[in-house]
Amino acid sequence: MSYWSFLVEYGPRFIDGVWITAQQFVLAALLAIAIALCAGLMRLSENAASRGLAIGYIELFRGTSLLVQLYWIFFVLPLFGITLEKFSAGFLAVGMNLGAYGAELVRGGIQSVPKGQWEAAYALSMSPAKRMIRVILPQALLNMLPPWGNLLIELLKSTALVSLIAVADLMFQAKQINGSTFMSAQAFGTALIIYYILARFIVTPFMRRCELVMARKMGRG
Amino acid sequence: MFDWRWDFAWEILPRLLMATVNTLIAAGAGYAIALVLGLVFALAQRTPYRPVTFVVRESVEFIRSTPLVLQIFFVFFVAPQFGIRLSPWASGMIAIGLHYAAYLSEVYRGGLESVPKGQWEACTALNLTPMQSYFRIIVPQALPPSIPGMGNYLVGIFKDTPMLSVIGVAELMHTANAIGAQSYRFLEPYTMVGVIFLLISLPTAWLIRIFDAWVRNKMGMN
Amino acid sequence: MEDLSKYPLQLDGNDVPVVRFMNVTKSYGSLTVLDQLDLDVTEGEMVSVIGPSGSGKTTVLRMLMTLETINSGVIYVDGQPLTHMEKKGVLVPADQKYLRKARAKIGMCFQHFNLFPHMTALQNCMEGPVQVLGMSKKQAQERSEELLSLVGMIEKKDQHPSRLSGGQQQRVAIARALAMRPKVMLFDEVTSALDPEVIGEVTNVIRNLVNEHNLTMLMVTHQMGFARDISDRVCFFFAGKIEEQGKPADLFGNPQRERTRQFLSAVKEAD
Repeated sequence: MSYWSFLVEYGPRFIDGVWITAQQFVLAALLAIAIALCAGLMRLSENAASRGLAIGYIELFRGTSLLVQLYWIFFVLPLFGITLEKFSAGFLAVGMNLGAYGAELVRGGIQSVPKGQWEAAYALSMSPAKRMIRVILPQALLNMLPPWGNLLIELLKSTALVSLIAVADLMFQAKQINGSTFMSAQAFGTALIIYYILARFIVTPFMRRCELVMARKMGRG
Repeated sequence: MFDWRWDFAWEILPRLLMATVNTLIAAGAGYAIALVLGLVFALAQRTPYRPVTFVVRESVEFIRSTPLVLQIFFVFFVAPQFGIRLSPWASGMIAIGLHYAAYLSEVYRGGLESVPKGQWEACTALNLTPMQSYFRIIVPQALPPSIPGMGNYLVGIFKDTPMLSVIGVAELMHTANAIGAQSYRFLEPYTMVGVIFLLISLPTAWLIRIFDAWVRNKMGMN
Repeated sequence: MEDLSKYPLQLDGNDVPVVRFMNVTKSYGSLTVLDQLDLDVTEGEMVSVIGPSGSGKTTVLRMLMTLETINSGVIYVDGQPLTHMEKKGVLVPADQKYLRKARAKIGMCFQHFNLFPHMTALQNCMEGPVQVLGMSKKQAQERSEELLSLVGMIEKKDQHPSRLSGGQQQRVAIARALAMRPKVMLFDEVTSALDPEVIGEVTNVIRNLVNEHNLTMLMVTHQMGFARDISDRVCFFFAGKIEEQGKPADLFGNPQRERTRQFLSAVKEAD
């Protein structure tokens, strides 16, 4: 069987897989961003309780493996009465895990804003919330976009693990095709190439675009 | 916690601890491969031979952009197609070693590039050979800034070893899965695996930070 | 490629200069930094190089240290070619091996010191003698300590550069360069990166070298007063050429060229 006829026959299944991977990626990314912002800001809060909570969350999710977290959410949570279907369990685990890493990026980004900016906002008698939203966060955001680009690539790669709880993503399809055809090089190789294209030619250029737009908005373009 | 059975937890603890040893061996061996191979990748990208630089650069980019679990499957299933029979352990070590070598090469590269140009010029002015310059002056300065990155990936490789379970390497995750399949109890094995990971990765990260500070201090670099 | 047959394989005669730039040109793309430069420095002479930024004065030192490649012309040190070597009776561009041998006579101090941060002051000074000259550690240490005393840094010999002030780092750097026993010492704007209050401690060391030791020196500097004090000769560079040169009293007291006058009065105003 030539590679071309392999593609003709199994192409649609790869496309189905890519569609699920894309959904997992977008949902997990949104969740990760929300968690990262919350946990990152709480981590810098002056309130010891919220700081402690954020540290606990970050260390727990960064200290254990994503796969362990995924299995725990999928197999153990039902014992506590929380049953998630596999699709939700998948993107929840990925988003919560990467969100912990994102929180550290948020913290670093905020800390990279020069002290003079805090003082200037303070001198203008801005409320702490205004100071954060109007002055600090926009600058922090610009500083942390490049590392977020890397984090989103990690997130895309991490979605491949949801195949292990039988979410029918790209990885899952590749495994199924390999199982039924024994054409391992074609099945896994095609999936590798598709992941590479998604990362290199969709996620990365999108993030570059965001950086450019942000930089222009901040007058640094 | 309801439904938690301590007697069962005690019963499976020895098995999990045995598997922890396997996990640590896998992480250590994978890291050793990655350390050496990563240096090769980094230095290959500094050679004046354009084709070499290009191929290595693009390969590193490819490895970094694709999922490790897929690479593990790829090595394990594709090698036999070319007549090479690899054990789960061997394919796992190749995949994970290659994957992290790509990451470590970036760490090394950043470290080498962080050494100011003036240091090379001082080497010339003192008439050191290129070898002496590299190994006595440049690399010692490139190492301290690389330590945090190298440490991160040491912990990272450790946390990625559960992926080896997919091809049957008998590490922690694989053992927990097996226990779950036999006893239909998932709470204890999966929770204990999580705790074991925490108990190892948090102190390791902490030790790396101390080591980093110590090296910087030792080298007069803070 | 330039025809190199017009250059002598070596310089003969009675008064061979320690350094000779012969027709030296250096350019980066379309930008010419040194334009057919001829310059001799004789044994024991202290030559200061002054001029506006971008006039090529630092490039003179960097060429002599072989930190830059040469586009045309030849540099001789001690009568032997530095940038080129003989092959079948003609000069060809020097290879790395030859360069390494030839530049052993040159020592250099940099604007930003470039001390090795992972070594103490003493280790910095011993590195070259042990690794390059093959001296024993004991001998190298004796020599280094002697030189650290000379620059007034013996008390700080076990400190890392990060613990030293700029002036102190520069003095260690001078000792490090001297430890190689160079015939020619190059000082590239060695006081430019220093705080005003520590400039004196570095210039005093150099002054001391000029008075007590018969070293051949080339110095690029922005400190006109210092150049006037200690130089045997001052060269004013402009656009990659020597616009005017002479004894310090003449060049500073009675400059002949319009550009020299302009430059000197601009510098004076800025002071």
